[in-house]
Amino acid sequence: MTAGQLAALAALGAFHGLNPAMGWLFAVARGMQEGSRTVLLRSLPPIAAGHLASVAIVAAVVSATQSAVVGNVVSITGGVLLVGFGLWRLLSERHFRWAGMRLSQAQLAGWSFLMSSAHGAGLMLLPVLATTPMPTGPHTAHTVAAAPGGALQGLLAAGVHTVAMFAVMGGCAVLVYEFVGLKVLRRAWFNVDKLWAGVLVAAGALTIALTA
Amino acid sequence: MTRWTPDPTFYASPRDAVQAPAEQLAYVAAFDRAAEKPDAIAVVDTDPASGAYGTVVGWTDLPHTGDELHHFGWNACSSALCPSAPHPHVERRYLIVPGLRSSRIYVLDTKDDPRNPRLVKEIPAEDLATKAGYSRPHTIHCGPDGIYVSALGGGSTEGPGGIAVLDHTTFEVRGAWENDRGDQYFAYDFWWHLTRDVLVSSEWGTPSMIEDGINPELLVGRKYGHSIHFWDLAKRTLVQTVDLGDQYQMPLELRPAHDPRKEYGFVGVVTSVEDLSASVWVWHRDNGEFTVTKVIDIPAEPAEAADLPPALQPFGAVPPLVTDIDLSVDDRFLYVSCWGTGELKQFDVADPFHPRETGSIRLGGVTGRVPHPSAPDERLAGGPQMVEISRDGKRVYVTNSLYGSWDDQFYPHGVGAWMAKIDVDTENGGMTLDERFFPHGDDFRGLRVHQTRLQGGDASSDSYCFP
Repeated sequence: MTAGQLAALAALGAFHGLNPAMGWLFAVARGMQEGSRTVLLRSLPPIAAGHLASVAIVAAVVSATQSAVVGNVVSITGGVLLVGFGLWRLLSERHFRWAGMRLSQAQLAGWSFLMSSAHGAGLMLLPVLATTPMPTGPHTAHTVAAAPGGALQGLLAAGVHTVAMFAVMGGCAVLVYEFVGLKVLRRAWFNVDKLWAGVLVAAGALTIALTA
Repeated sequence: MTRWTPDPTFYASPRDAVQAPAEQLAYVAAFDRAAEKPDAIAVVDTDPASGAYGTVVGWTDLPHTGDELHHFGWNACSSALCPSAPHPHVERRYLIVPGLRSSRIYVLDTKDDPRNPRLVKEIPAEDLATKAGYSRPHTIHCGPDGIYVSALGGGSTEGPGGIAVLDHTTFEVRGAWENDRGDQYFAYDFWWHLTRDVLVSSEWGTPSMIEDGINPELLVGRKYGHSIHFWDLAKRTLVQTVDLGDQYQMPLELRPAHDPRKEYGFVGVVTSVEDLSASVWVWHRDNGEFTVTKVIDIPAEPAEAADLPPALQPFGAVPPLVTDIDLSVDDRFLYVSCWGTGELKQFDVADPFHPRETGSIRLGGVTGRVPHPSAPDERLAGGPQMVEISRDGKRVYVTNSLYGSWDDQFYPHGVGAWMAKIDVDTENGGMTLDERFFPHGDDFRGLRVHQTRLQGGDASSDSYCFP
């Protein structure tokens, strides 16, 4: 992976981390409910873990497949998938449903996994992954034997992404809890979902254009 | 279409919500007892600077007759900011309006012309019955994962009553809410402690017990509801039932503290069959279990039999009949409607276990018939009944009808229709009737008036996930 690609992965992580719906707001709520910054801080790792799991599954599958499949099939299929998912997110007004606020650490990780998956967080990495040259087998460019190496590459990508997400999410949570207060939500909670859906469509189209 | 920034009427915490701007309009459910004319949502101007202040400035007739509009609510509210299932970019624009008698549910859009809401959807009674197994829809609350609707009766049976969930966006009936209702049978009001995953529900009676009027045999036989139920909001199972004692008939309105760190709330009991008194209780949690404690007792007022309607003559007294209560957004003041004696009481409940009465206003009443200062010659029937409080706690609105057939028993010469507004001293307590605000009689076109909802939200419409 090039520096540029790593930067792109980190930037996407930061983008996810900024989104209140992705977890930092939940951490703030838990902290405020108990009047404890420790509770807030303890909520961040499970949220990041859930996000990582969601992203890693997609990243590993994409990278492994890409290593094993000839040509740009993955990119094009992925691009089509992205455009489709983005359009669905854009046009559908359904929102993530979850009843229940008192969650254990494990349940919180599960919540984060579902939330990230429902938002297509892993799919977001597709354009980066699809344009990354994957490690190949010793003799031929694409073999099934190359898949595990590709999957590792995908996990690395997910890891970089999540570290950035974790840092930004933690920063937002502490900043809002300690200094800014929740009134900022009224102005600053930009509809990232809508933006995101548009970005997904664009990213899908770009992936197809770059590789087709 | 969703918004780019959160709906400005959503507030993360009750602390923020009390700073909300004053409401410009009030929506009032109005129904025709004779079921000859359609029921309607009346729109009242609440802007003191407006020339039309205190008058009906808009009106939306519904397409059918005999719905008996009662309670209603918003499609979305501040709970949309709750972090477990946030959807802050939806709009608070639709009123979900059930017909308590017809079991139809209407959806009205207030956005384009807030003074004349437009009907956009009608959910037939059959949908509620077949998809959720319920009828007689009552209370509406905007939940984090859907719109919750309590219902008094079963789909094609007397009961059990319970809660149905409507989809947030399509308003389709998704089904019954309960996973395991245990032995819960009666239903009426419900609300929740969102951050504690607790739902609380109360009990009135099944359709046949209420629709033809209050049944004295059932009442004296202590057959109406007298318990409060506590549920796991996430698992949707009944966890605990607290019986207040069967002399305490009809615990109705539930008002949990708005502060999500608190785990107490108030419930009003209509009457005790032992002495016709009414009471207010506090539920609270001790060592994991809920306890419900009586904190306010309001005695019956003796009266000459000749002054009483036939239903009350054997008792020689007017029961206060606490039929609605409402808690200010800052959890400081509790308002208690005594619909029988025609009194609205205000209590300082900063310490919920030791309420302190800080104000009283008399209007109407079975024997008092106290007039409004702006129409001193008009003896009013009915009493302060549905109470709604503005988000800043400075204004309180009351309407005078309880429920069609029950109105007729307690006010047999006609309950009329009136709405009053009260100004509140939020520092020291105390209430003053606003003489400029008294829509009544023909203003409501012969219909009776029940619940009020304030534009942008009010004290009983929103719940919060942040302190």
